[in-house]
Amino acid sequence: MSADHHPEAIKKQVGLYWKIFWALTVGTVLTVAVSFFHHWGVYVAVIVALIIAVAKGTLVAGYFMHLFHEVKWIHGTLLLTGFFFVVLMALVLWTTSDQAGRRTGVFDVPQRHVEPHKTEAH
Amino acid sequence: MSAEIVIPYNDTDRPDTGLYNAKLGVWLFLASEVMLFGALFSTYILLRVGADKWEHGAEILNVPLATLNTMVLIASSVTMVLSWAALKAKNFPRYRLCMGLTFLAGIGFLIIKSLEYKAKFDHGLSPATSTFMAIYFMMTGLHALHVIGGMIVNGYLLGPGAKMWHTEPRRFTNRIEVAGLYWHFVDLVWIFLFPTLYLLPGKGM
Repeated sequence: MSADHHPEAIKKQVGLYWKIFWALTVGTVLTVAVSFFHHWGVYVAVIVALIIAVAKGTLVAGYFMHLFHEVKWIHGTLLLTGFFFVVLMALVLWTTSDQAGRRTGVFDVPQRHVEPHKTEAH
Repeated sequence: MSAEIVIPYNDTDRPDTGLYNAKLGVWLFLASEVMLFGALFSTYILLRVGADKWEHGAEILNVPLATLNTMVLIASSVTMVLSWAALKAKNFPRYRLCMGLTFLAGIGFLIIKSLEYKAKFDHGLSPATSTFMAIYFMMTGLHALHVIGGMIVNGYLLGPGAKMWHTEPRRFTNRIEVAGLYWHFVDLVWIFLFPTLYLLPGKGM
């Protein structure tokens, strides 16, 4: 029986998983709570929401998916994926900053919105 | 004369990569999934930045139900990893309990999601209503399809697939681990979808 299969090691691991669960619960409550601070503005709201989501995502990936203890092949695969993900996002942000305020090009997309009388929480 | 073909590294790690086949395969699949959802998130950014007006999700969607769904999915992630830990401890009845709870949580998530969808359609809100609603239905719908996919796998591993535990316990434990990787990824996507769609403030409304 290897060290990580030892009953004591498994018991310790299970205890850690429950701690992560409570941390994720607190993160979820925090995410909803900070959304009530409307005076922060969009940029701060996006940054705060992203910070909490990244923290929660790190806990899930690091502990539940065991990424903190994975081999270099997995880390390498994810680094490559991360690179292409950043390129994907950068292309979009580059395009939007390049054409912001214009009603042509990529922003020449018909937009529709829900009428104000329908904007009640259902 | 018949020769049985044995695929190597199903239950043991390859010496060069330190991984068994299914684990490397699932991580590569998850890498492609990151790009799939990444494309949708970039679409969201593009449409939002380009729009004159954008709805505040909290005013049009049901935040308490979505918060409950977030907790259901997080709880299911815990029971999923506990089912794997139970197999590591060679406790099969505990595995069945934890995997059963994961499956039930998946059903719970889909019921809550369908209640949300029904309320939207009852109020005349559909993907055709607005750009925001279109991307809301697209992203949550695709995520729900992923939940259904995970439940099919989990249901198999809970039912007929569980026979493998009695013949090849190590390989079965590996199967639960890779099924768990997928399930946690689905949870991970929701962790980003929830604030993006439900909580971020709107503009120009």
